[in-house]
Amino acid sequence: MSDTTATVPHLPVPLLDVRDLTKNFHVPGRGNNVLCALDKINLHVGRGETLGLVGESGCGKSTLARTLLMLERPDEGTIRFEGTDPFALTGKELLAWRRRVQMVFQDPFASLNARMTAGEIISEPWATHTTLYPSKKERAARLRELLEIVGLRPSDAGKSPQEFSGGQRQRIGIARALALNPDVIVLDEPVSALDLSVQAQVLNLLNDLQQRLGVAYIFISHDLSVVRHVADRVAVMYLGRIIETGTTEQVFDRPRHPYTAALMSASPHLDVSNSTPRKRIVLEGEMPSPLDPPSGCRFRTRCWKAQDICATDAPPAAASTDEPLHVAECHFPLMPETAVQLLAPAARSNDSDPRLHTITDLGAPC
Amino acid sequence: MRTATVSVPRASMIDDDVVLTVTGLNVDLRTPKGVLRAVNDVSFEALSGRTLALLGESGCGKSMTAKAVAGLLDPVADVTGGTVVLGGTDLAALTPKERLAYAGPELGIVFQDALTALNPVYTVGTQLGEAFRIHEGLSAKAAKVKAIELMRRVGIPEPESRVDSFPHQFSGGMRQRILIAMAVALNPRLLIADEPTTALDVTVQAQIMKLLRDLRTESHMAVVLITHDLALVAEEADTVAVMYAGNVVETGPVKEVFGTPHHPYTRGLLDSVPADVGRGQDLTSIAGSPPELHRIPDGCVYQSRCPLVQDICRAIRPTLEPDGAGRAVACHFSEELDNV
Repeated sequence: MSDTTATVPHLPVPLLDVRDLTKNFHVPGRGNNVLCALDKINLHVGRGETLGLVGESGCGKSTLARTLLMLERPDEGTIRFEGTDPFALTGKELLAWRRRVQMVFQDPFASLNARMTAGEIISEPWATHTTLYPSKKERAARLRELLEIVGLRPSDAGKSPQEFSGGQRQRIGIARALALNPDVIVLDEPVSALDLSVQAQVLNLLNDLQQRLGVAYIFISHDLSVVRHVADRVAVMYLGRIIETGTTEQVFDRPRHPYTAALMSASPHLDVSNSTPRKRIVLEGEMPSPLDPPSGCRFRTRCWKAQDICATDAPPAAASTDEPLHVAECHFPLMPETAVQLLAPAARSNDSDPRLHTITDLGAPC
Repeated sequence: MRTATVSVPRASMIDDDVVLTVTGLNVDLRTPKGVLRAVNDVSFEALSGRTLALLGESGCGKSMTAKAVAGLLDPVADVTGGTVVLGGTDLAALTPKERLAYAGPELGIVFQDALTALNPVYTVGTQLGEAFRIHEGLSAKAAKVKAIELMRRVGIPEPESRVDSFPHQFSGGMRQRILIAMAVALNPRLLIADEPTTALDVTVQAQIMKLLRDLRTESHMAVVLITHDLALVAEEADTVAVMYAGNVVETGPVKEVFGTPHHPYTRGLLDSVPADVGRGQDLTSIAGSPPELHRIPDGCVYQSRCPLVQDICRAIRPTLEPDGAGRAVACHFSEELDNV
């Protein structure tokens, strides 16, 4: 194996630095069963950058987001926000910290109170964080400004959420998150409830806001084409672990973990110019239950490269020799050539339907 | 009555036969705001062994079209015009009883949300066997044997032990397989799949789409795939009908329609997909949002969002004009689209 086990080099001063974060839930009525939602998560987010968090349902994405927002207390591990542990804060310091990390939710229909006006929804954070804009006049001015930067009209402040379309509601949700001038916004599937034509408008808005305000995003999504468009770096989660991280280009173009390759391959592509369909990796089975995760590598039960060692030893996080920031947890990571080959359109052949090739056709581990 | 016959032999087992012809279909909704036209003058054909995609955003009428074809419209919705011909028989001319006997075995439908579509208080074996008991007159015991066979056919592991399980004991992907099994139980000529993978993860979506492809190839069904996912259409469908505000605005072979769209809406949708647009660059989005049903303007349905709009678009609604080469578009200025 040409890879070396290396500690992950970090950017000079990460805004948010997460080490060995572990969160277990105890499932009642099932004996001593422990559901391991997060297992030794390491990640960091720099100022003004976007970290894409991808993975399938049940992999722990949302638990991670909730823990970062201090809505869950981790069992082990540390979160450092500019060097401070938010869980050690109390009183005014804690309040000041909470201001700096905000959230935008998935469902713009459920996340806005139907009995409040848009203006009240956006202004509500100031009822808790009273010192930010102390006077009525400042708040009114800031509200107008927020409406303007998310592309709504000042007159919209008096309308209730039902009067807006899905895209406009998500703009209200974004304005509410911006009301406290946060440094990090956690976006949990912010565009997946929106229609395609409206989704593009909201993605453009998020991009524009980041450039203007320098806010960092943690962008959770199952839509890989959206993540590829917005993220600087990507972390791929599977059963409570981050199994691969790297720059967006590294993870999408040269995945090292077989699961990442399978995920990229399973996601349909729009490209119709290529007359031959892509060879696709179709994984067998589904994600195992987090109540009873497999021993060793968590992906081994669905992996076509699995060997005996995968069942006994959990693979360590190892960086690629050429790309020190490209880290994967796999005993047999894909070589860049193999990854490129796996994701490329199949060579022209006379097969009845090359799309039907499954993982078994892809040969022995390299 | 044909209830006791075994499954109807296929008229032919070759591809590209016309299985379903929908002509000028209109669906009206009776609402407190008055009668609204949800589906307007929709026409398409589905061919055996091929997949037709009905593509559009929420509220465009794609599911309503499918429900009208399947005879599953809500009581507030009425088919007020057009014909639906399945395998040479006009479904509108049949009485409800005749329709059940004829269309039941000939038409299968798969819904988006498998947990809602399955009955939680019956075992999957009972629900899978229902088609055989009703249409083939089998006993409960014989139907259960058929149900196990079906479960094996759609790739559910250990069907003998799982046939007596309830829907909630299966994962989302397995529930979708059960729903597909129910739809193909009697070897229908036509399978309507209404957003079959929207609630599923991508790796499971890949499994389900592969299953649908395999079943289509095996039994030469015509598949009507209803979706909002352009990439799924690009990979799975042979032809596409793009719908907007209840109207079909463009149809044709997927490769041609997506390669050189002739309607500004199709073009706008394709441009909105984030693929291949670099990080930090703006996506081309369509301004505004689709009109609500009670506010659909006279003239072209797309006029409020169209970059090519002229006076004629506000006055006269363009009809779907075939180009003679398998494509059709409803736009006054489709020739000018390439110059924008």
